[in-house]
Amino acid sequence: MAQTSESPGEASFYTRTGRYRWAIIEWMMSTDHKRIGVMYLCAILSFFSVGVVLGFLIRLSLLDPGWLMDAQTYNEFFTVHGVIQIFLFIIPGIPVAFGNIFLPILIGAQDVAFPRINRLSWWLYVTGALIVLLSLFLKGSPPDTGWTFYAPYSIRTPANISTAVLGVFVLGFSSILTGLNFVTTIHRMRAPGMGWFRMPAFPWTLYATGWVQMLATPVLAITLLFIVLGRFFGVGFFDPNKGGDPILYEHLFWMYSHPAVYIMVLPAMGIISEIVPVFSRRALFGYVAVCMSALGIAIVGYAVWGHHMFTSGMSDTARVIFSFITFLVAVPSGVKIFNWVATLYKGSISLDAPLLFACSFIFTFSIGGLTGLIIGSLAPNLHLHGTYFIVGHFHYVMFGGAGISILAGLHYWFPKITGRMYSERYARIGWLNFFVGFHILYFSMFVLGFQGMPRRYFDYPPQYHTGHVVSTMGSWFLALGLVIIFGNLLYGIFKGQRAPADPWGGKTLEWTISSPPPPENFREIPVITRGAYPYDDEEVREAP
Amino acid sequence: MSTPTGHIDAAGKKMGMWFFLFTEILFFGGMFLLYSIYRYKYAQDFHNAAAEENIVLGTVNTAILLTSSFCIALSISAVRRGERFFSSWLQLVTIVMGIAFLVIKYFEWMAKIDIGIYPDSPVLLKMAGGEIIFFGLYYVMTGLHGLHVLVGCVVIAFMMRFTLKQTIHRGNVARLENTGLYWHFVDIVWIYLYPLFYLIT
Amino acid sequence: MNDQPREMHIVPTRTYAAVWLVLLILLAATLAVARLQLLARYSVLGSLLIATVKAGLVLAFFMHLMYEGRFLKSLLLLTLSALMLFIGLTFVDVWYR
Repeated sequence: MAQTSESPGEASFYTRTGRYRWAIIEWMMSTDHKRIGVMYLCAILSFFSVGVVLGFLIRLSLLDPGWLMDAQTYNEFFTVHGVIQIFLFIIPGIPVAFGNIFLPILIGAQDVAFPRINRLSWWLYVTGALIVLLSLFLKGSPPDTGWTFYAPYSIRTPANISTAVLGVFVLGFSSILTGLNFVTTIHRMRAPGMGWFRMPAFPWTLYATGWVQMLATPVLAITLLFIVLGRFFGVGFFDPNKGGDPILYEHLFWMYSHPAVYIMVLPAMGIISEIVPVFSRRALFGYVAVCMSALGIAIVGYAVWGHHMFTSGMSDTARVIFSFITFLVAVPSGVKIFNWVATLYKGSISLDAPLLFACSFIFTFSIGGLTGLIIGSLAPNLHLHGTYFIVGHFHYVMFGGAGISILAGLHYWFPKITGRMYSERYARIGWLNFFVGFHILYFSMFVLGFQGMPRRYFDYPPQYHTGHVVSTMGSWFLALGLVIIFGNLLYGIFKGQRAPADPWGGKTLEWTISSPPPPENFREIPVITRGAYPYDDEEVREAP
Repeated sequence: MSTPTGHIDAAGKKMGMWFFLFTEILFFGGMFLLYSIYRYKYAQDFHNAAAEENIVLGTVNTAILLTSSFCIALSISAVRRGERFFSSWLQLVTIVMGIAFLVIKYFEWMAKIDIGIYPDSPVLLKMAGGEIIFFGLYYVMTGLHGLHVLVGCVVIAFMMRFTLKQTIHRGNVARLENTGLYWHFVDIVWIYLYPLFYLIT
Repeated sequence: MNDQPREMHIVPTRTYAAVWLVLLILLAATLAVARLQLLARYSVLGSLLIATVKAGLVLAFFMHLMYEGRFLKSLLLLTLSALMLFIGLTFVDVWYR
């Protein structure tokens, strides 16, 4: 059944087809989901690195405010850091990179439903990213509103808001098309025999994410358009002088941006669901509940956006309702955490890098989620809103969640994507630096926030100095860890040992084809006769 | 999209188009949300401002779009029966009606601009808060809707060409059907804009 | 999941024409309700309800939703519910301020 090809002579999807003279044109014109996915992967990791450098500099500035940059520049730094990490890295993130490369393979298809729209999504992503970066360099200053672009300041500030916002608009369109493509692909292109409940968990999360991308992103699109219309034509929907209400901006913005965090984290959870069974040699515990919880998180996630606005002037009734629903969303998330831990329990654990990162995800995301419950409670939120507690929380869930999951996925699928192996030793050294640095950097923010240190502040009174120094030193370890991790992977691409089709003993479809995959995924479309995690089945347990 | 055998998945293409329309529902939905909140807040101002609207033109435009929907629906049936010239003619009529709609809209906008009612104008800014919001919503919502009508006309023009060249034919109607779906959606948005802007006075 | 379009049948022109006529009649009705204040305080609500009937007819017949599977209909319902949820929860804020 395995369609392995370990002879270097056979073509992989990297092999030049010769249709175009220049390789870069051939790749940019490709409609092959694997090539598009690899290009996206390089792009998002590059933007991630830029975002990390910005974050690194922000923390450096906070050691002694004013020594590195002035207050206005600081505002621009944290705005651009947020815009890049959120809109260029983490929202597109897992779906466009691992989703593109692996979704069709995981469901036994040769490509996505609409390959040319997939290519359009990629082109829109590049265009949108370039427009956003353009806003940094045009006449006028880089955006300084925070990544949230709150009105009325975003309407009035002389910074290059319209450019940045236009770039995000284009990126949003790219995201919508990707979601549309993936949902249609999952509906129409599963291999014969692959019913919904034989589909692995990662496609399930991509499905739920696709719906969020389709139904939530348009609200952001129209909201961004309102900003541009306000700046250019004086349309004052959020301007009190023109009858407008600024709180409505916040409603519209968070109506998208809360579901957006589920776009970030659902696919991340999908990756963890793929890794944990393989490295504990056990079927995913409560597979149906894990899949249903993805849908549950997506659905409940539509109704909680107000918890970003508890101090904005919303009515008390609304605040109580939003807080209550926020508590509900912890339930399906908890289901997943319990099920992963239950899968590990009494499993045959091999703590290779992918599982090391996956366990880090479970630990870190749990902390992030629990602090989310604290700030989801109305009363504590009134004290903690706008403080470093929030900054700590979202870095724990976004960076510690989706970010760690991307690192996990990179290591898990590295052999499949590149055809080579990385050094396990350096992966662990990198992991250790990263993990220690991460918690020093971000846990101290919970303390700072609880003590009252506001976020987005360039300067602070002396009592917060120690906390900031500790946090900044954490960022140095984190950065070192990232350098080692990426250095290890980069080295592996060029000098790593050749990888077989199935180095981990995985049971999903990508491990049945060569590393790297051939241009046409499957010589013959597979017929599926079993579920995705057959580790408890007789013949699999007895296999070497 | 096609499977390795080259078979076209028309149902899949239609599904994709419906999904796109769902995203458009949310896109316009954001504007309808603002309208409903502000209408609740400024009921009297909205009522006063709506008196500026020309109900005759609004009603005529609604009839035009409803009829154009009828035409494009017929054009799809025509292709299914193999009548490509009749179908192309119906598509042309649809485009003409779309353009007529836009022309009337142009005159409506001009009438307002001539008396100084446009975003950020001195005349507008002297009005009550709710009236400023009403006209802002009017321009934005009918403007974006008009843009969608324009795009629709262009797309139908391409479909006309495909129909005449027989790229669209009784065995491959997906593109025209999906274009029709888009056009009907644009019609439905207007079906709601009409009472909200013209009939609340 | 089969590949054949669900409805190969062609909707008769008669049906389309009937729908079109009903739509125009409903347009006249909307106008009458609003201008003549036929439902007094509820005239606007009435106009919107008639608009919904019109939209429903366009969806069911012109857009073929009547002949499509339950699945697509439920997805449309899901989309509309999302929008209603957004508007509804925002209203909970504004109503109780």
